[in-house]
Amino acid sequence: MLEQQLVNALSLGCVYALFALGFTLIFGVLGVINLSHGAIFMVGAYAAEQAVARFALPLWGALLFAFVFCGLLGLAVDVLVLRPLRVRNAPHLIPMIATIGVAIILNNGIQGIFGAQSLRFPPGLVPEEVLTLGGLQVTALELGIIFFSFALMAALLMVLKKTQFGRALRAIAESPKAAYLVGINVEGLFFLTSFVAAGLGGVAGVLIGLYSNALFPLMGQPMLHKGIAVIILGGMGDIRGALIGGLFLGFAEVLSVAYIGSSMRDAVAFGLLFLILLVRPTGLFGRLQERKV
Amino acid sequence: MKQKTFMTSLLSLALAATFSANASAADIRIGVAEALSGGAAQYGVAIRNGFQLAADEINAAGGINGNKLELVIEDEQGKKEEAINVFKKLIFQDKVLMVFGPTLSNSAQAADPIAQASKTVVFGTSNTADGITSIGDYVFRNSVTEADVLPETIKMAVKKSGIKKVAVLYGNDDVFTKSGYDNFKKALEDLKVPVTTTETFAKGDVDFKAQLTKIKASNPDAIVLSALLAEGAPIMVQARQVGLNVPIIGGNGMNSVKVFELAKGKSDGLYVGSPWSIENQSDANRKFVVAYTSRFKAAPDQFAAQSYDAMYIAAQAMRKIKLSGNLAADRAALRDTLPAVKHVGATGAFNFRRATDKAGKPAGYDAQQTAIISVTRGDKFSIEK
Repeated sequence: MLEQQLVNALSLGCVYALFALGFTLIFGVLGVINLSHGAIFMVGAYAAEQAVARFALPLWGALLFAFVFCGLLGLAVDVLVLRPLRVRNAPHLIPMIATIGVAIILNNGIQGIFGAQSLRFPPGLVPEEVLTLGGLQVTALELGIIFFSFALMAALLMVLKKTQFGRALRAIAESPKAAYLVGINVEGLFFLTSFVAAGLGGVAGVLIGLYSNALFPLMGQPMLHKGIAVIILGGMGDIRGALIGGLFLGFAEVLSVAYIGSSMRDAVAFGLLFLILLVRPTGLFGRLQERKV
Repeated sequence: MKQKTFMTSLLSLALAATFSANASAADIRIGVAEALSGGAAQYGVAIRNGFQLAADEINAAGGINGNKLELVIEDEQGKKEEAINVFKKLIFQDKVLMVFGPTLSNSAQAADPIAQASKTVVFGTSNTADGITSIGDYVFRNSVTEADVLPETIKMAVKKSGIKKVAVLYGNDDVFTKSGYDNFKKALEDLKVPVTTTETFAKGDVDFKAQLTKIKASNPDAIVLSALLAEGAPIMVQARQVGLNVPIIGGNGMNSVKVFELAKGKSDGLYVGSPWSIENQSDANRKFVVAYTSRFKAAPDQFAAQSYDAMYIAAQAMRKIKLSGNLAADRAALRDTLPAVKHVGATGAFNFRRATDKAGKPAGYDAQQTAIISVTRGDKFSIEK
């Protein structure tokens, strides 16, 4: 049973990591805890569901559609909500509260259009048979989610570490003002980051919506709470941290169900998280931030 | 010129006021407080649809002794505080004759005392938790409690599928699924069915494989599941994926044709019990299913059926009283007439049963109905006898 539980833990951990990637990216660059990320995740699932139902898109088409659709949505949120606050130099809590408003609008908007009933993707979009590998059961979708979260993390890390563009993003993360002074197009990169982060949120929505087979307007809410825990644990704004934090939470949850009892699951998982933060207050990969003057 | 426009608009305002006053004099205002947004909205919306359908049918057939029913519909958002606000608005401001709702048992615990204190009938169609009707003698419900239904469901599943021991899985952060679990637990103890393991999950979980793998290792003959559909359907799918092919005994929350869509291809072997089944071929139920489906372009569920019947039950009581125009007297008259109503509707034969309060004194009224046990087979509910 242990081997099967470890497989379960790996796939659950990757589910959390997938959600946390976009969430941590936007914090890392814009310095905003974007609480509408859960709602954008949900919109991605609905957008792809509609695209598949109306235009019979294959899976890759649905993922691409969700990426672009949510990317544009994220861009709109940045232009309409976050940018005006940046321009006015609003204190850092204000954009966070504003994104709560965005989330409420999106949740109620989707509920107004599609109703509160659960929806699902048409069956057959992903192969549904269960693969048995040496006595372990795993679905193609789980393998896909595991592969996707590692691949996305690797790609994001490559871009950040190896490209000129990534260097610019890291400079902005350090100090937007200094980056601007050395001639980096800060606003442009803010827009691009909002686009990519929200797009990743949308892709996560599709994959996790396929996984759970239930889309409903508030599906992003519990994911958002877990996502916050994951990025705090991993180190705010760190891409590796999102993956490791996600895996940590997945393993902690599954193993506490397996060996302690499912009603103690959250107590154990979040208790461990608390202990780690006591030892490392900046999270696993976080660096101490110098006080900005 | 300006003066004249002003006068005209004043005149038309006055006219409009007279007109609407005339209209409402002949209307019977009924409050409907349901969760139309938020997490419970998937139930609240179906419930509202059931009320609207029944009220329109009653009005089309001549209303209540010539008076039309007018529904005042408010969104209580599935929250206690909001339910209290909405109840106050309906009872004191809109001056409704009676209130239907709220959607969740939680909200009913908070808001029903307001109706009781202002001597206004409150009629729940979806509150199944224990203790709601012990609030007082103005509290009614036609929702059959899970305490009545679940033992019947378990008995039928044991008989049909030869079940010796079961595993239990339930949502532990929701009053409805938790209270379903309590009732399951009691029923399993009474029926002496051993439990191999008890596992929990939380609202919004997407992955249940850890619990299901553990359940599989304990080798039960069936899973007893107290869940709402958003988690229940994925649980059915994932159970089959981890190779757990035993029957599932579900609570009230699983009794919906949506399960065939959400758990497509993996929905067989689910037992549910309820007074209502979409496959029940009685005349009243067929008429309801056809009317609901053609109007709302979706199949009804148990919640819609119960609110539909509730409107007819209340209408029957209203026909028997002579409305005096004195709100307090009319409300009391409705309260005195309602308990004796007997009705055969979409959910079958119905009558009220007196409930008692904590001290054992007579209080409100529960539903007395027989449960129909169905099992899912080939994307359909089929009734077991």
